[in-house]
Amino acid sequence: MSRETTVNLLLALLLLGAPLVAAGMGEPFYVTLATRVVVLALAAVGLNLALGSGGLLSFGHAAFFGLGGYVAGILATHAFNGEPLFAGIPATTSMPLIWIAAVAVAGLIALPIGAISLRTSGVYFIMITLAFAQMIYYFAISWPAYGGEDGLSMSVRNAFPGVNTAKPLPYFLICYAALMAALLLFRVVEGSRFGSALQAARQNGIRLAAVGIAPFNIRLVAFAASAMITGFAGALYADLNRFVGPSMLSWHMSGELIVLIILGGKGRLFGPVAGAMIFVFFEYVLGGITERWQFFLGLILLGIVLFARGGLLGLLSGKPRHV
Amino acid sequence: MSEPVLEIRDLRKSFGALKATDGVSLELRPGQIHALIGPNGAGKSTLIHQIAGSLKADSGSIRFLGEDISGLDMAARARLGLARSFQISSLAQEFSALRNVMLAVQARQGSSFRFFRQVTSDRDLTEPAMAMLERVDLAARAHVPAAELSHGERRQLEIAIALALSPKAFLFDEPMAGMGPEGSKRLTTLLDGLRHEAPMLLVEHDMDAVFALADRISVLVYGRIIATGTVDEIRSDPDVRRAYLGEAA
Repeated sequence: MSRETTVNLLLALLLLGAPLVAAGMGEPFYVTLATRVVVLALAAVGLNLALGSGGLLSFGHAAFFGLGGYVAGILATHAFNGEPLFAGIPATTSMPLIWIAAVAVAGLIALPIGAISLRTSGVYFIMITLAFAQMIYYFAISWPAYGGEDGLSMSVRNAFPGVNTAKPLPYFLICYAALMAALLLFRVVEGSRFGSALQAARQNGIRLAAVGIAPFNIRLVAFAASAMITGFAGALYADLNRFVGPSMLSWHMSGELIVLIILGGKGRLFGPVAGAMIFVFFEYVLGGITERWQFFLGLILLGIVLFARGGLLGLLSGKPRHV
Repeated sequence: MSEPVLEIRDLRKSFGALKATDGVSLELRPGQIHALIGPNGAGKSTLIHQIAGSLKADSGSIRFLGEDISGLDMAARARLGLARSFQISSLAQEFSALRNVMLAVQARQGSSFRFFRQVTSDRDLTEPAMAMLERVDLAARAHVPAAELSHGERRQLEIAIALALSPKAFLFDEPMAGMGPEGSKRLTTLLDGLRHEAPMLLVEHDMDAVFALADRISVLVYGRIIATGTVDEIRSDPDVRRAYLGEAA
């Protein structure tokens, strides 16, 4: 077992164990905090597919995170009011159905955004993904039917068959299972033919084209898949907070997801997990001491970018190798 | 005489006032190694780029296996069977030599939209890729990342990748560039054997290699082909001696 695998396993166990202990000690707040780590990590796993594996620095992934959230919020609101969604389609409070809808919407919106954005690269790609996300953000703000600037509150958490989702620990376990499934999927896809082509597209797109694989097609599928995972996380995030608002769609959120990946280790399987753990830890601990906790987070980010390009996982487990 | 595999007609490409390709016509026939020589800046690489699809010609036609490929991008041309090597090695630097070749094997076998089977344990990829590395004497370095290979080894790896595509034609842009005399000799022997697999358009400065390998030679000067012929015809052509070979020949 490689050192990185050991570190990954320890992180996975820590993330599972801490809320179990907290729940045992009757501290539901820490369970909810751990759920926040898990859901942010899941969103960043999605971005990691585009950014880490594919080298596509999307500065607009909040769009997909927020879309997933709004799908959950809108479906739940309609179901709560007993109104059909549109054209007689019934709304639902069933989490599995909501997830499918969130993933589908994120993927469908990501395809045209990706198809346009991926014709550019570098700074232009960053700016165009940001522009698309901001368009959706302002659209959400100016649409009063679903709360506009105030967002949408959900009076109860959506339902999962056989689980009491209102309690923190069962909901944590649902999110944790989703994160582990996404990580497994990420690992498998990265090692597949598609994953090889995607990583080659990041390392040298010309080389990939020279053997007959068009980088654009590979990147587009990766971008959409990445958006779908992030959209799934958005749906979970809405249910976690029982609230969805435009802030989920804003560029701060896009930036936060990038920061998570840089903190944890770009392109590493557990990079987003480590990043989310550090981020939420500082948000909570430093945030309790000073309102200006983000200043200190900035210092840490600076240190990592200057001295530890591989992020926390790079520090703990050394250079990755593709054999 | 058999049909040409690659047929270029009146190809033109200008960069501003500079005519990099000025009405080039060229044929590559089965079983041939056709060498393209000329002084620095003659437009040899520009021509290779236009044939491979990484540069778009201003006018003229490029027919490959009887089909006009002028409108196709680089990946589509590669899928038709045009395998190129780069003047400056262009590899997936983080991948091992083996995985660089596996990428070509995977491309040749068809779809890259397969998401589950792991490539490192996929013998349909690893075995053909290893066989190609053995052909270029690089098998011992199969698991070394491309970034850590020596210059000469990277040149060999480029050839292995091209071989793995089982192409209908090779486009090699200075495969010997920067290699020592020993390496050039080995590579010359290797390229010599390839003409039976697919014809080759070879840009090369190493005249020993060109005279040893080429069935035909075209001389490119300022974007124009000033002479085309067999090795002996080119050696004795007075224009060529003046423009290029100079006193060395």
